[in-house]
Amino acid sequence: MLSVKDLAVSFQTRRGPVDAVRGISFDVSKGEILGIVGESGSGKSVTSYALMRILEAGGMIKAGEATYTGIDLRRAAERDMRDIRGREISMIFQNPRAALNPIRKVGHQIEDVLRQHARATRYDARDKAIEALRAVKINDAEARYHAYPFELSGGMCQRIVCAIALACDPRLLIADEPTTGLDITTQKAVMDLVRDLIRERGMSSILITHDLGLAAQYCDRILVMKDGAIVEQGDPVQIFSDPQHPYSRKLVDATPRAGTGVRSLLPPEDRGPEPNPQVSDQPVLQVRNLTKTYAGKSGPVHAVKGISFTINKGQCVGLVGESGCGKSTTSEILVRLLDATSGEVIFDGEDIARVPARGFAKDARRADIQMVFQDATDSLNPRHTSRQTIAEPLRRLGKMRGPKLAARIEELAALVGLPLSLLDRFPHQLSGGQKARVGIARAVALEPKFLILDEPTAALDVSIQAVVLNLLVDLRAKLGLSYLFVSHDLHVVRLLCDHVIVMKDGEIVEQGAAQDVMSNPQSDYTKSLLAAAPKPPQRRTSS
Amino acid sequence: MLAASPRLRATVLRVAQSIPVVIGVVVISFLLTRALPGDPAVYFAGVAADTASIEQTRVAMGLDKPLPQQFVIYVGDLLQGDLGQSLSSGRSVAADLAKRLPASLELTLTALLLAIAIAVPLGVLAATRPGTWVDHLCRVVVTAGVSLPTFFTGILLIYIFYYLLGVSPSPLGRLDFIYLDPDHVTGFYLIDAALMGDWETWRGAAKQLILPASTLALFTLAPIARMTRASMLTALSSDFIRTARAAGLSNPRVLYGYAFRNALLPVVTTLGMVFSFALGANVLVEKVFAWPGIGSYAVEALVVSDYAAVQGFVLAMALLFVTLNLVIDLLYTAIDPRIGFSSK
Amino acid sequence: MTDVLPKPAAKVQGSFDHVLYVLRANPVTLIAFGMFAALIFSAVFGPALVPYDPMATNASNALQPPSWDHWFGTDNVGRDVFSRVIVATRLDLSISVAAVALSFVVGSILGCIAGYWGGWPDIILNRFLDTIMAFPLFVLAMGIVAALGNTIENIIYATAIINMPFYARLVRAEVNIRRDAGFARAAKLAGNSDLRVLAFHIFPNALPPMMVQVSLNLGWAILNAAGLSFIGLGVSPPTAEWGIMVAEGANFIVSGEWWLAVFPGLWLMIAVFTFNLLGDGLRDIVDPRKRT
Repeated sequence: MLSVKDLAVSFQTRRGPVDAVRGISFDVSKGEILGIVGESGSGKSVTSYALMRILEAGGMIKAGEATYTGIDLRRAAERDMRDIRGREISMIFQNPRAALNPIRKVGHQIEDVLRQHARATRYDARDKAIEALRAVKINDAEARYHAYPFELSGGMCQRIVCAIALACDPRLLIADEPTTGLDITTQKAVMDLVRDLIRERGMSSILITHDLGLAAQYCDRILVMKDGAIVEQGDPVQIFSDPQHPYSRKLVDATPRAGTGVRSLLPPEDRGPEPNPQVSDQPVLQVRNLTKTYAGKSGPVHAVKGISFTINKGQCVGLVGESGCGKSTTSEILVRLLDATSGEVIFDGEDIARVPARGFAKDARRADIQMVFQDATDSLNPRHTSRQTIAEPLRRLGKMRGPKLAARIEELAALVGLPLSLLDRFPHQLSGGQKARVGIARAVALEPKFLILDEPTAALDVSIQAVVLNLLVDLRAKLGLSYLFVSHDLHVVRLLCDHVIVMKDGEIVEQGAAQDVMSNPQSDYTKSLLAAAPKPPQRRTSS
Repeated sequence: MLAASPRLRATVLRVAQSIPVVIGVVVISFLLTRALPGDPAVYFAGVAADTASIEQTRVAMGLDKPLPQQFVIYVGDLLQGDLGQSLSSGRSVAADLAKRLPASLELTLTALLLAIAIAVPLGVLAATRPGTWVDHLCRVVVTAGVSLPTFFTGILLIYIFYYLLGVSPSPLGRLDFIYLDPDHVTGFYLIDAALMGDWETWRGAAKQLILPASTLALFTLAPIARMTRASMLTALSSDFIRTARAAGLSNPRVLYGYAFRNALLPVVTTLGMVFSFALGANVLVEKVFAWPGIGSYAVEALVVSDYAAVQGFVLAMALLFVTLNLVIDLLYTAIDPRIGFSSK
Repeated sequence: MTDVLPKPAAKVQGSFDHVLYVLRANPVTLIAFGMFAALIFSAVFGPALVPYDPMATNASNALQPPSWDHWFGTDNVGRDVFSRVIVATRLDLSISVAAVALSFVVGSILGCIAGYWGGWPDIILNRFLDTIMAFPLFVLAMGIVAALGNTIENIIYATAIINMPFYARLVRAEVNIRRDAGFARAAKLAGNSDLRVLAFHIFPNALPPMMVQVSLNLGWAILNAAGLSFIGLGVSPPTAEWGIMVAEGANFIVSGEWWLAVFPGLWLMIAVFTFNLLGDGLRDIVDPRKRT
């Protein structure tokens, strides 16, 4: 149905031409779901944009062929391409709410596409639009027709985007990272919907994602791309059990899944000895009946509703939940950036929740509780070099200056594996993994007792994530730290944590030893979370 | 009913927000003359006054009373529409302003319509055809436009079109003396002459209006064009345009239906600021072209220290501006469906 | 989510190198800085270097068109227009720099407080700014100078007052965006008090967008001051100032003696134009993200 041969795409940038795709070839047959998997910069999204001929200005197809049921996509006239887009080949994107016109009713947006492709007239457009909404399993389609995107949730918006894409009954659907940014349960709902619709209509589909596990679960065949080239093709079980190319082997290893340890995320040559953290049964932090209530626009908002848990010295406790469950609020209270409404936070025998957040910067215990922030770009001051960023806590709390300070910074850089030459670079000159290391170096600079890690690897590529997770494990053992690891990724939590807490709507629905909760969940919510997480096939040869 | 419709609530809130602003405006215009250094009585008594008549003026104006009491009297007068007496004309300031307001409004509104008619298409074209001559023209217009001093452009235009080319009539006001003023309906000569069917006078008024309106328009072109171009560029590169293109929506529909309407929103917001500049530049243009509006009234009053007139002018301009801003904000509320809602 | 390693720099750029890089990279910036340097030069050394005394009248030589003796001609009392135009640079630049500096400092402080702490200070500041911005700004400046008195200091104060809301609003918005950023919270974890976080971490990051505003304002302030002088406020004759020279020259343009008004007006335009062009260049110098 779709045949691509030696496709090459390049962009004109200020620094000269950049080859984003370097001669790739693949086919998509009728009724097949093909997954294109790769990390950032692999060229996977660019490929789909090139096929649809919606590349940004400056991008062009340099060489190669792309044929869709006999039509030459590369040389077709723009008018013909417009016919094809939406009617034959459709596309859905990530970040669904931004993908919809914010000031136009969603029903009208569907009508626009129907009328453009002459699938409806002025008179029956409304009915057909409501039909399209029903096809994506939206209840109450008549009412939703009149909604604006800002009134709908992320998952609902993605359904609308699907409705628009499928309204004219295309034969091929390209899905570009459709689940990024959505909660796990919403992810599953969206992916299941897309797969069901594709099967129902006998369509083909290309699923573009960075999540190998997701691709393995939903795709018939997978392509692995790196630096603009395809390194391996095959069916998911094949690729997972016996990856041929070193890069796909690296990707498969790095994908967290059940039954592996944190070391096996790394390629065999990089694996050090198994970590040996000392976990005691002395508590380092105790939370008792913590609550946080905000005054919202329509009444009080109970972000945290009386939670209690304990973290022992040397332990790594995972805090899991979807967005809005209160985990971020909890971590901000624990690290004393936010005041609780009531409850106790007992650290080193004293209730630190008593000390107001505003004054905690001067408290003697400030250096003992630190945090690694998510979104490494935002967590580093754009005006400070890495050296200055790491130096900040050492100067202010450690009162270090001069040669002692410089020595300590270099020591920390070595500890987190940051090359010394990168110390004088600004955040925009560093890669994601390097920024993560700077953030970690800053957090452990004063050798705190307790470290909160707020989704530290959420924005990282999976192979970099593997490295950073191993680093965190090593640091914990070496420095005797205790962690609270906040994440939405259950597999990662399973790898790292001894103990797990599951939160929903401000309450703890389940907590216990990680192995117990993960393999034998008691609460329905935990069960649904586990069911929703993509399950990559097992790797047969795990050396 | 208010609870049911967040947009109605937002509208009412916006109108209510104007009230403290109006109060602030009244207070400041009061302070400008009464509480500041210098003896207001001296100003109000006139240039050739002696100590006795200054004292008389002081008592007559109530300037010997305590400040809060003066303020109450001031507000009381305002509510009755009394802005004081003009020294130079001898009439009430309110009457003077009312008589001259239509001239200023005709000038400003014509200029703004002209500016929008040129700047918006220019901005849109520049955004949709980046790198072409239209784009460069837009950038030159914008940069030059914000650098041009209005009074200088006016003078330059007079020199070129009146002195050198002889195309424009002499810059001596709204209508050459050979024409009679049209019957007063709105005070806008163009409208009144058209209503009367007197096309001779209409042409005469239009000829006088072109140069000053163009001067003012040149000045206001720049921020409008810049904002239109910038917001159109932002809209064109946003995700929902990508979705629309991927769904095969045709170019005119994508451009105008989706991008332009979204791009308009920040432009409407900018209009408020543009009005502020326009009303200020109005004063300068009126002086250059001897246009009998409230701007030149204020300038003449300043020269002879006719204090009540200046104060009345400042107050009137501010209230006009507050009303304009309110209208713009309400217009925005009507266009943007997101107003009044907190986004998820 | 890019994880592509950027090419390692041979040596890291120092601040001065970065300034040179910005100047070289964008020819427009280079031109703007060149013109700016020329303006500063005229302002500082102009009065010492001009061929004629700007105040010296010579009735027999009045209204002479531009010639080799008098490059810009002479005005109605025989003064050399060129000398007056160059000397006026100092006055106009000082007025605008002083006014912008004043409004920058006051606006930044108010904006920081409102943007960081919110609550009552924010509400009060907003109402206060709304009230100032409720006046058409030039009209307000007219009113202030008229009320306070016809002096140059008052032009500076009036211009500063009407420019202040732009800084306050801009700073407030920029501080608000960054208030909960990761690096701001990290700075608190490193032991900085709220005030230190605001002053040393958040505010410096708000500077790049403010630089553009500063340069636009400098141009604007000159236009304002000239406009006020044009209608007779602030500067009085025989002081050499561009606005008042255009006003005096306006009377003669209808009779064809264009040089009295055109040259000062042209110089005014060039100065404002320079400041407008400068904006992007200044921002590039201050923004660390532009360093390669």
